[in-house]
Amino acid sequence: MSTIFGIPLQAFLGQLLIGLINGSFYALLSLGLAIIFGLLRVINFAHGAQYMLGAFFAWLLLSHFGLGYWPALIVAPVAVGLVGALIERTMLRRLYTLDPLYGLLFTFGLALTIEGTFRYLYGASGQPYATPAALAGGINLGFMFLPVYRGWVIVFSLVVCIGTWLVIEKTKLGSYLRAATENPVLVQSFGINVPFLLTLTYALGAALAALAGVLAAPIYQVSPLMGSNIIIVVFAVVVVGGMGSIMGAIVTGYLLGVAEGLTKVFYPEASNIVIFVIMAIVLLIRPAGLFGRDA
Amino acid sequence: MKPLLKVSGLNAWYGESHILHGVDLTVGEGEMVTLLGRNGVGKTTTLRSIMGIVRKRKGEISFGGADLMKVPLHRVAHHGLGFIPEERGIFSTLSVHENLLLPPAVAKGGMTIDEIFELFPNLYERRSSPGTKLSGGEQQMLAIARILRTGVRMMLLDEPTEGLAPVIVQRIGDVLKTLKQRGMTVLLVEQNFRFASKVADRFYLMDHGQMVGEFPVSELSARMDTLHDVLGV
Repeated sequence: MSTIFGIPLQAFLGQLLIGLINGSFYALLSLGLAIIFGLLRVINFAHGAQYMLGAFFAWLLLSHFGLGYWPALIVAPVAVGLVGALIERTMLRRLYTLDPLYGLLFTFGLALTIEGTFRYLYGASGQPYATPAALAGGINLGFMFLPVYRGWVIVFSLVVCIGTWLVIEKTKLGSYLRAATENPVLVQSFGINVPFLLTLTYALGAALAALAGVLAAPIYQVSPLMGSNIIIVVFAVVVVGGMGSIMGAIVTGYLLGVAEGLTKVFYPEASNIVIFVIMAIVLLIRPAGLFGRDA
Repeated sequence: MKPLLKVSGLNAWYGESHILHGVDLTVGEGEMVTLLGRNGVGKTTTLRSIMGIVRKRKGEISFGGADLMKVPLHRVAHHGLGFIPEERGIFSTLSVHENLLLPPAVAKGGMTIDEIFELFPNLYERRSSPGTKLSGGEQQMLAIARILRTGVRMMLLDEPTEGLAPVIVQRIGDVLKTLKQRGMTVLLVEQNFRFASKVADRFYLMDHGQMVGEFPVSELSARMDTLHDVLGV
């Protein structure tokens, strides 16, 4: 069998693939965090809980209403987006005039409440969620076996990330978002309803997290703590990419996923900490992040 | 002349500090009025309070018959009032063209993109550069152009000539004269009263958060000495 850097090619490519899949989730989640932080200046600690809610909605839709994966891929993000809009309108909005720390503490408390409630209702153990029939099975690529669903996750998350980036960079709505990120008061004086834009942005961020949750359901189990497991890594991704940088969040998500996967090949003991080591180095050398502008 | 903007007894606060102490002013339809006064007397606060950016305010502001005190900030522009801040507010993450198209049109009769590029040829040449790559003068042109597209009836213009070279100041003066011919109403804050004397119909003199004098442009030269005293220039 052929090798690369003395490692069997199969192991190398296998971990690269796992890295890309993890990276897909990092990218989707850090994208939502970056959008929310950019406009609302809120560090959304409830993001992991919203990701978990997405997966749970998918599971509940299936077990209570018989609605499968494909409808869930739309219904769950919309539902979580609406919950997000409600949270922003009724609670988060009151904190904008205060120190950003209040937004962080509020969303942190919210995450604990949501996760605690689901843990109480459904227990800490995971619920299995079957891979949709259309994406079951795998393809033998010759050098490795690729489960179809994992390929789908990578492709679909790329499409969603690039699509979101295009909306922000190339559309009228996106220009409102970018401008309001820089100077919300002036944008509002132009006659644009910035408070509504803030609600929309928080809902969009929450919906992206929920979408990642639905995608994750067939791979990881659906459990109340799935969000708190991943969110710390995602915060590291956002810090490395640069707070509020959209493209930075996407690219860094995939890069760090791959870095983590490849570390498993070359030095498995470090794979759990490699992202945090990179974060520490980036913070020392470029505090604004790889793609961030100096504030 | 029919008053378009009528402000009476306007008080405004930044946090605890009381900045405006009963401002009274009127601006007629199609008139160009300049607020003069030293730094820190409340000229910018007057504009920001009329626009509704400063929300801690009391008094009366009526614009085209509507009571602006009750209007939320994002609805004020739809009444036909545009604000151009001192810092110009050009967005660095938007191209010149995107900056230009950002404010939604609030009424018919705004300038078309072609008319704007005719009035500001530099902006056309630089339409795809990021907004903040422009020179100070070009940024000011863009800030004005951006509002002209929306079809507002009146502009609140805060120190448009600040920090600009004389040739650019002259260019902005020409633009304001063109706007006047088109019937635009302007309330201008300006330190440079040589510039203001060429475009304004009437002046208010402001001190300690209220108006302390008012006179037409024809009396400007006669009042030059007192103005120098009050303005400390």
